[in-house]
This record gives sequence, structure tokens and C-alpha cells, in this order.
Amino acid sequence: MVVQIIQRAVMQGIPLLFGSTGEILTEKAGNLNLGTAGVMYVGGISGVIGAFLYEQSVEVLNPALAIIIPVLACLLGSLIMGLIYSFLTVSLRANQNVTGLALTTFGVGFGNFFGGSLIKITGLDVPSITLTRTSLCFQKSLPFASKLGWFGDVFLSYSFLAYVAVAIAIICTIYFNRTRSGLKLRAVGENPATADAAGINVEKYKYLSICLGSMIAGLGGLYYVMDYACGIWSNDAFGDRGWLAIAIVIFAIWRPNLSIVGSILFGGLFIVHNYIPGLTFASQELIKMTPYVVTIIVLIVISMLRKREFQPPESLGLSYFREDR
Amino acid sequence: MENKTNKVREPLFHITKRSNNAMKPAAAWGVRIAAVVVALILCGVVTVLLTGENPFKVYETMIDGAFGSERKIWALAQNTAVLLCISLAVTPAFKMKFWNIGAEGQVLMGGLATAACMILLGNKLPPILFYPVMIIASVAAGAIWGLIPAFFKAQWNTNETLFTLMMNYIAIQIVSYFCYIWSVPKGSGHIGIINSASQMGWFPKIGGQSYLCNILIVLVLTVFMFIYFKYSKHGYEISVVGESENTARYIGINVKKVILRTMLLSGAVCGIAGLILVSGTDHTITRDTAGGRGFTAIMVSWLAHFDPIYMIITSLLIAFLEKGAGQISTNFGLNDSFSEILTGIIIFFIIGSEFFINYEIKFREKEAKK
Repeated sequence: MVVQIIQRAVMQGIPLLFGSTGEILTEKAGNLNLGTAGVMYVGGISGVIGAFLYEQSVEVLNPALAIIIPVLACLLGSLIMGLIYSFLTVSLRANQNVTGLALTTFGVGFGNFFGGSLIKITGLDVPSITLTRTSLCFQKSLPFASKLGWFGDVFLSYSFLAYVAVAIAIICTIYFNRTRSGLKLRAVGENPATADAAGINVEKYKYLSICLGSMIAGLGGLYYVMDYACGIWSNDAFGDRGWLAIAIVIFAIWRPNLSIVGSILFGGLFIVHNYIPGLTFASQELIKMTPYVVTIIVLIVISMLRKREFQPPESLGLSYFREDR
Repeated sequence: MENKTNKVREPLFHITKRSNNAMKPAAAWGVRIAAVVVALILCGVVTVLLTGENPFKVYETMIDGAFGSERKIWALAQNTAVLLCISLAVTPAFKMKFWNIGAEGQVLMGGLATAACMILLGNKLPPILFYPVMIIASVAAGAIWGLIPAFFKAQWNTNETLFTLMMNYIAIQIVSYFCYIWSVPKGSGHIGIINSASQMGWFPKIGGQSYLCNILIVLVLTVFMFIYFKYSKHGYEISVVGESENTARYIGINVKKVILRTMLLSGAVCGIAGLILVSGTDHTITRDTAGGRGFTAIMVSWLAHFDPIYMIITSLLIAFLEKGAGQISTNFGLNDSFSEILTGIIIFFIIGSEFFINYEIKFREKEAKK
């Protein structure tokens, strides 16, 4: 049963990991993107639209195309969301919180709208958006995983996107800590004026990290639909995971490697009520509260400690204008 | 954008802040209205692409959805009032640059306190005692929920954006918990209409209109907030703290006290919004009672530049879009999330338009002449 809990926790955690890694990348550039929830919805639904159109247009799915098309559609959708956000906050220097919230309104609305109306708009004669065939291509795991007992179940039984998520988080950690470009990015997030004076192109770094961050977060939406939900899109099913991803960013104190652990832990907290015997529905609701309580405690503790390396990027949430002094 | 221009010696244009030659208010409102018009045209185009209807029909449907009948107008006014109330609530905090995105949770806690009074005390206290208790309880519940993050912000400078955000979900879970505890029938997770027979704890109908009481409360609040910001010492202190905490400290304002007091007010008004939603509108509570309005209110308040009077217009605009787009979705068989897409587009445009009010773009040719 422990193995099963871990597997379920990881399945729950991977969308959060995508989301939080994307958000960390964005926040490292000094932009607090509260639109992550919306970006993940758009990523998910874009993938669904791509897969739906592909499934409807061919008789037999080509496994490679069945994966590539939704992934590209998802990346494109979330890239557009990232571009909207970065254009408004970086080029037009709009307030990041307001823009982020508007992005969430728009993104969640976009997801639910197309989730509910895609069939009507395309005029195809199908009862519901069920992408089981595409989902099977996504869910393929290593063939020898089941032969390795619990080790295989815990570490190797997931689909490729799960490993992509972990890989991206590790790459981001290395990028932030071990590369010159990562150092420059952190400089932009800490103090853009200083970075600018040092000859770093602040706008370029912000644009790139926001857009890449959005694309990573969008993949979380795709993973949720294709792997976790078996290719069935239902409105609002994705729920508050986007906000939970933002919570994990704090929990992981802006470090993608810690966010791997944090995501799986939060994923576990998300499902743990199913495994505690004798819970009433009411107390289940209270247990679902724990991820948020834990986040608040972490937030309070890091602010009390006042340790420099635990703090959010210094200029987080502020827009940069060169002539402001 | 910057990349392309970097190659030329002198950039095609550069941006300066309009600090000395600020745009006149009339011109600024012109820019904003132009942005809304352009956004509405884009919304029309999107709708036409999705429904294939003729564009004028689309706008007609929207207006019909919002103002089509007396009942619709009352519903629109009610939605506007609730949204306006929550926007008024978040405004004092924002003026202080305290990002209270926890209005959702504060409203829910206020509503939960109202519902608790209605369920537990509704048939035990005489009305003359019951109503004050209910009102005080809901205001206090919202205020406490707002005070918690404010305390940590004042004491340890804990990031309030993220703190208040998390408090929303805790409030949602607490409400879900009580939805199971008080559910009718037991275990269904729904409370249903509370005191439907006795109507205890419901706001009275004024002139046969059940929403009029809500609207009047919000109007009084609007006037109060306007005066509070403009003519009270508190209002002045809030704006000084918002401009610069150091200045505030220098002139002897107790910043911690202002933060605590302002969030207490912000939470209390959210509590009133919860009271209006539960006691004056739904007569029940679910985890969706606030329905994302806590977030929408932030945009409403920001779009109105934190001015309570302009907020009437901006909240009306958002409520109109909601109702209008709702009508489009019903008429054309589309999903009702359509309104969120339209709201998103319009807000993007208004957010973008602020840039042209605050900054000036100077092109190279003009510079050369000088």
C-alpha cells in the first residue's frame, strides 16, 4: 500500500512540479506570475485541442505524432499566455498582480470554455472529449518497470512526462547555480537596475524566463489531462493546482531541486485522506487544508529567520523602468 | 522588441515617464475609454468567429442579457453591488500597497459566520437581538481573517501576497468542512436554503425587492469609503504609507498600527460582503459563494484607480460583461465560461492602456528635429 501511496503522490505531484518549476523560473527574473493557474489550464486545453483534432482526422494514430502534436499545441498555447503576461508587465510595465489575476481569469475561462464548447465549435459528431487513444500513447511507461518489484513501481513506473518534469527541475537548479547566464538571471530578479548597469539586457532575460516558465507550467496542465485524467477533460477538474504550484515555490524557497520533493509531498497531502481509515467526509475536507497551512508556516518561518538565501528575489513583483531612480 | 532596435545606433523610439507633463484627466479617460472600445470590438470579433453570428446581433444579445427585463436589471444591480462591496473592501489595503488577494477567504469567513448564526441561533434569539449578533459575527470573522496576515506582515514583514492567497484556500476548506457538518440531508455536503420557512436572518424585502437592501448597504459603504479616503486622517496615513514607508515613519506615523488597522477594515468590509451574499442573496453557503469575486474585485479596484466613485463604473462594466456574455452562451449553446474570456480580454486592454497614460513614447524623427 505504501508503494501505491507513493505512486499516487507522484502522479499528483508532477503537474505541481511543472507548475512550480515554471513559476520559480519566472520569479527568479523578478516577476510574480499569479497567472500560473490560468497558464496551466491553457496548456492543458491546448494539448487537448491538438490531440482532439488529430484523433478526429485520422483512423489509426501514429504514436509519435500523437505525442508531438499535443505537446507542441500545449507549448504554443502556454507560450502565448507567457507573451501576453510579459508584454504587459515587462514592456508596458503593468502591475504584475493585476495582470496575473487577469491572466488566470482568462486562462481558466479559456480552458472551461473550449472544454465545454469544443465539440459544438468544430461541429464534429462525438458525445464527449475522450482522448483515450492519445492518452495511452502518453501513459506508456518502461516495459521492464513492472518486473523490478517495488523499486520499479516507485521509480520507473511513470510516463515520460514525469521524468521530463524532474529533468527540467534539475536542469533549472544547475542553470541557476552553475551557469553565468543563470547568475545574470538572478541578478535581474534581485536588482534589475544593477543588472542593467552591468550590461545585462534586463528585458530579454525577463521575456525569456517568463515565456519559458509559462511553457514549463503549461506542460503540467497537459500531464494532468493526458496522464492523470486518462485523456478526459472535465471542466474545473484541474481545480486549484495552479495556486498550489505557487505555494510550492515558497515551500521550496525558490529552489527547483527542493520543489521536486515539495511537489511529491504536496501531491501526497492531496490524496492522503483516501488512505486514512475512518475519516468522515467532513474531516477529509480539513485534511485537504494541510498543504496550505504548511505553506503559511514555511512563509512565516522564512520571514522570521531573515536569512538572505531563504528570501524571495528582492525585486519580486516590481516592474523595472530604467529612468526610475 | 528591444532586440530589433538594439542594432541601430539610436533606437527607433524611447520611453519616458510623464512625470512633468502628466496627461490631463480628460485625456487619460479618453485613452481608457478607447481601450475599452477597442477591447469590445475585439470581443465582438472573437464572438463572431466562434458563433458565426452577425456582430451587431452579438452586442444586442449582450445588452439584452444585462438590461433585457426588470428582473435582469435587478440581477445586474445585485451583482454590481456585491462586486463593488468587495472592491471597496480590498481598496484600503491596496492604497497602502498591501496586496490583499485574500478577499475571497475573508468574504467566505464572513459568510460562514452569517450562516452559523442563522443555523445555530436563528430560532433561539428574538430578532431584535439576533440581527445585531449576526452582523457583528460576520464582520468580526472577516476582520480576523484579514488581521492574521497583517499581523505577520507588520511584525516580520512576511510576504502578504502569498500569505493572503493561501488563507483563501484554508477558508474554502473550512467552509467545505461545515458544509458537511450542517448538510441537509446529512452527508450530502450541501446546506440548502437556511431557515426557508421562518426566513430568520434573511435581509428584509424593501418595496417587494429582495435585492434593494443589499444595494442600499453597498451605496452607504461607497460613500463612507469615499469620505474615509478623502477627508479622514486614517485615509491620509494610508496613502502616505503606500507612497513610502520610510516617509511615513519619518513623519511619525506608526506604520505597524496603520497596517493592522487598515487590514482590519479591509477584512471587516469583506465580512459585510459575505453577510450580503449569505443573508441577502443566496440564503445558503457553499465553497463557491465568493465565486472568484475576491480576485475580480482586485482588478475592479485597480481599474478605478482606487477611487470608490469610479469603482461603481468599473464594477458595473464587469457585471455587465458577465451577464451579457452569459446571454451569448445561452443563446448560442456555448459554455458559460465565455464571459471570463471576454472579461480577460477587456482587462488586458485596460491594463495595457495605463502604459500610454503614464509613459510617453518618443520617436526618433521627433528627437532629430529638436
